Amino acid sequence: MFRLTPYLFLIPAFVLLGVFFFVPFVQTIHLSFFDYSKDIYNPQFASWANYIYLIKNPQFLKTILNTFYFLILCVPFLVIFPLFLAVLLNTKIRGKTLYKLVIYLPVVVSIVVVAIAFKWLYAPEGLFNYFLDILHIKPIGWLSDPKFAMISVALVTIFKGVGYYMMIYLAALMGVPKDLYDAADVDGASSWQKHMNVTVPHIMPTIALVSTISSISALKVFVEIYVMTRGGPLDSTKTIVYYIYERAFENLDLGIASAAAVILLVVVMAFSLINIFVFERKKYGL
Amino acid sequence: MIKNFLKGISAHIILLLVCVLSLLPFLWLLSTALKGPGENIFQYPPVFIPQDFTLENFKEVLRLVPIVGYVINSFIVAFFTVILNLIFSAMAAYPLARMEFAGKKIAFFAILATIMVPFQAIMLPVYIITLKLNLVDSYGALAGYIGMILPFAVNAFGIFLLRQAFLSIPKELEESAVVDGCNSWQIFFRILLPMIKPSLAVLAIFTFIGSWGEFLWPSIVLTNEKLFTLPVGINNLQGAFSADYRLIAAGSMISIVPIVIFFVSLQKYFISGANEGAVKG
Repeated sequence: MFRLTPYLFLIPAFVLLGVFFFVPFVQTIHLSFFDYSKDIYNPQFASWANYIYLIKNPQFLKTILNTFYFLILCVPFLVIFPLFLAVLLNTKIRGKTLYKLVIYLPVVVSIVVVAIAFKWLYAPEGLFNYFLDILHIKPIGWLSDPKFAMISVALVTIFKGVGYYMMIYLAALMGVPKDLYDAADVDGASSWQKHMNVTVPHIMPTIALVSTISSISALKVFVEIYVMTRGGPLDSTKTIVYYIYERAFENLDLGIASAAAVILLVVVMAFSLINIFVFERKKYGL
Repeated sequence: MIKNFLKGISAHIILLLVCVLSLLPFLWLLSTALKGPGENIFQYPPVFIPQDFTLENFKEVLRLVPIVGYVINSFIVAFFTVILNLIFSAMAAYPLARMEFAGKKIAFFAILATIMVPFQAIMLPVYIITLKLNLVDSYGALAGYIGMILPFAVNAFGIFLLRQAFLSIPKELEESAVVDGCNSWQIFFRILLPMIKPSLAVLAIFTFIGSWGEFLWPSIVLTNEKLFTLPVGINNLQGAFSADYRLIAAGSMISIVPIVIFFVSLQKYFISGANEGAVKG
């Protein structure tokens, strides 16, 4: 018997996903094969020219390298440090809830405000340079020196992310069976041995999950850069998404922007596929 | 004994240090916002406790910038984004969890596919479509709001979260409702929806936080300052008051008050919400 009901339930979601997702997805690919640079109202079919342009364009290659540099700066820290905090908090330590709340706070505050707050800390006469001075280190151009700007941006991303991943780890740690620790105690294991032989193997899937989701969000970084550096100085913080934004909304070069977007898409999809089909199978019921 | 005591102390020291670091940027901003014109905010060495203490900067920024309006706009956008997400995600999740129908696998994977595509990669066509649908603020405030809400009115994370919740409800409940003569809609609204309240709450809260902090999309579609949401308005302070960081700091501090209240009062959901994994996109 054919029933209409399931489809009726699905219609609103699919209309919205269709209009704001599937159509734009196809359109991104479509636009990437057209040349808008000469006349925005009269685009010409350009075949692979936009992609060839990007591959040969040193500025675009730099944005790709910058993006992966940023990823390498953030991801290892965001995988390891929140786990360390979660392990500390997964005990009977006093004041646990308050610690969790304060460490999670930066997650709920808008990234715009966090970036503005850090911009102030990074000011030439700001607090961070004062701390360096106490340590007898010369002041740094946190956001003005191309050598340091990306590190400064990554610090903001890390600051905003630690609490989020800590909570994911805490949830996973609660799932580690208690008797495993008891058994280790009977064997006389030290807490480091317990950590390495009981905790880590048990939450390996969560470590992998945090690695992929933090990588995916690193590949999509934008707001921190927009608020603090606008891609500068000397393009040293220009990442893929910033490049797409600039090309699309400032230069109105829709073809090039779309080709760059397709490249971003391919990279992010590779990470997502691993994530969905390896680490999060259960969540999606696969 | 002593070893355990030392271990406990060092854990507290580490956690306290992390807490101080988590608050430091905001406290420094607050300190700057409370400093009067008689005090050099670039003073060296820096002074934490304002010497020329004043609330003038807060009054001044509220007088010059419609921050309350930004809060209202952010609230409208976040509120309706949450409501629509709850309704549409729950509706889509129900048949995926509970019904057999032709094309179910296709529907399932189509939704799953959307998780893999970052908004940033498709934002240009989304903008073009929103323009073509006249859903931008140049067609009035209502159109502007709808244009900010609709592209985020449903998301795959929410659908999968609620699908999991529906799957965990025993089938017998539904079967007995069918025996009692309920149709699918009645089962959905009267029996299943009330049973997944905890998941709905988690979805609502994380959607709210996401929408409240969203910057990229509103900054693309908005042209009328009357419709600015908080993140867009606060970012704009930088240009408006580049000469005086006191006012930027005061505006930023005001802007985080609502979300901090929201967070502290609903803290238990944030802690339980992490169990559901990565909800945000």
